[in-house]
Amino acid sequence: MEILSLLSDGFAASLSPFNLMIVLIGVTAGLFIGAMPGLGSVNGVAIVLPLTFVVPPSTAIILLAAIYYGAMYGGAVSSVLLGIPGASTAVATTFDGRPMAQQGKAGLALIAAAVASFVGGTISVVLFALFAVPLADLALAFGPAEEFALVLLAFTTFVGLGGDDILKTIIMICLGLVLSTVGLDLISGQPRLIFGDLPGFYSGISFLVLAIGVYGVGEVLHTIESSKSAPLVTPAKLTFRELGAGLREMNRLWKTMSFGSFLGFFVGMLPAAGATPASLMAYGLAKTTSKSPETFGKGNIEGVAAPETANNAASTGSLLPMLTLGIPGSPTTALLLGGMVMWGLMPGPMLFIEQPDFVWGLISSLYTANFAAVAINLALIPLFVWALRMPFTVLCALVLVLCIVGGFAPSQKLHDVWLIAGFGVAGYLLRKASYPLAPLVLALVLGPLMESSFRQTLIAEQGNVLAFFERPLSATFMGFAILFFLLPHLKRVRWRARKSGVAPAE
Amino acid sequence: MLTADRVIALALIGLSGYFMLHASALPIGWHGESGGPGGGAFPFWLSAIMALCAGGILIRSFWQDETFVPFFDPETIRAVISVTAALFLTIGLIPYAGAYVAIVLFLLWYLKVFGGHGWVLTGALTVGTPLFLFFFFEVALKILLPKGWTEPLFLPLYAIFF
Repeated sequence: MEILSLLSDGFAASLSPFNLMIVLIGVTAGLFIGAMPGLGSVNGVAIVLPLTFVVPPSTAIILLAAIYYGAMYGGAVSSVLLGIPGASTAVATTFDGRPMAQQGKAGLALIAAAVASFVGGTISVVLFALFAVPLADLALAFGPAEEFALVLLAFTTFVGLGGDDILKTIIMICLGLVLSTVGLDLISGQPRLIFGDLPGFYSGISFLVLAIGVYGVGEVLHTIESSKSAPLVTPAKLTFRELGAGLREMNRLWKTMSFGSFLGFFVGMLPAAGATPASLMAYGLAKTTSKSPETFGKGNIEGVAAPETANNAASTGSLLPMLTLGIPGSPTTALLLGGMVMWGLMPGPMLFIEQPDFVWGLISSLYTANFAAVAINLALIPLFVWALRMPFTVLCALVLVLCIVGGFAPSQKLHDVWLIAGFGVAGYLLRKASYPLAPLVLALVLGPLMESSFRQTLIAEQGNVLAFFERPLSATFMGFAILFFLLPHLKRVRWRARKSGVAPAE
Repeated sequence: MLTADRVIALALIGLSGYFMLHASALPIGWHGESGGPGGGAFPFWLSAIMALCAGGILIRSFWQDETFVPFFDPETIRAVISVTAALFLTIGLIPYAGAYVAIVLFLLWYLKVFGGHGWVLTGALTVGTPLFLFFFFEVALKILLPKGWTEPLFLPLYAIFF
């Protein structure tokens, strides 16, 4: 019951005219960012974050959360109308969304995507409200040992579940952690890794600089490469009759949509997984449990609904560990975490005790954003069709200008702008050579916490490394971390065993 | 593709070595009685792991077959290099000619020369973008962008808005 009263206070805050306006602006901006091929929620949040200094922190986080939500809805638009996923999270939506558009059912596919996103968003916000308090209570018992073990666990999920090359994943995690140590040593206060006494490095490398570099400049360079020809936009008309038909059609898909939501929410909580694998898994699940799996990929509305519920649910799911434990569940939430720290809000269990109105205001504005997104999305479809005709060269030029100015604004040092350009080029090359970028950004954000908790534990325990295994919670996390780290090796051993078992039979 | 893989792995090994060199300015070993590693240990040993993994990728590449997919095709590399060069030139120009001149030149080049757009679109964006930047950053956020030589030209504007 306490949750309900907290939640109603939250709604009272989020429905204030000013915050409501912020949600509407954020959702609209997010929808357009998400709809642009190549730009997704993480790019939108990275580019817009420096612009949020004009508003108070609670409003800024609502704005960013609204952009995040809007971008999740918007991703489907270019998947359907262009056949190019608006963001990696909407890849699975192209499988059936594009065929539907080619059959002249683009409007229906967009309705399905919007309604499915709404269902996914709604179920996951309810799950979020249910799980947040118990998880935050559990996290109150955390000391430095548990914090270190948890961060380690977050990184090992990339190794075990990330699906990228393991060596490359480890390199990116280490690189992010090393970059996070630039500046002053946390414990002794001595300057380190300042590269020949460059004054710009004394304050460290801001996560914002890396994020704008990798997700702004790097993404533009990637877009230049992947979009040589002008896109072909399928026109979409939307009438009230179609809307009614779409809603009736969606009413049959409750099973798919609720599976997608639960799957998305829990997969989204894992740092290595997130919305893209969640939507692919939901698509796969819908296909295998369907009575007519052969219609998937040929314009089955279920194939649009399943991934869209999952990717929206995953975006809410990834907020849960960020707010309750201080461990972001995705690169976008890592940026939100960095932003909150910059505004003086420390995510983690204490946030629920010290700033309950902020937490519940945020949760209820997620819900408001969900309502706003579905309405604005459906209303603005003609505008999207027009906006998607915007040539990439215009979009890229404006994004680059925003990266330069947005990178300069927070610190007002050109040093940071140079770093952004450098990270952009490096990030582009690394991505091209299939190095995963998400662990890099997460490592830079979590690096200081990881190092300080590690060293605090060892100082408190007089250098006893076994301290991490002596406390029950920390030992559990360490156990899982080791398991995730070994998972790829175990898989390979099993694969080899099976292969050698099959070989004699041939 | 394999060549690119090797070059990147070598570059990462070099980078790790460079990090290790700088990290070793602080103690990288165990503090003993006081407990825990020294200030340079975290960056030093993580760089070491990075170097080892990059070495692993390098060695592994000699067992892999060439895929015949080029890392860059000529058209891509020309576009990427020209945009990167324009970006670096723009940033380099900012302290001298100011953000407004540098960004206008960048937009002119990108939209007209690189993008091949008409004068109406190019003109609208090259005029509109600096106006937006001025009113958003300088007037609303009170963040002054670097002006370089053009600083005196802005004094009358400051007098109006501040």
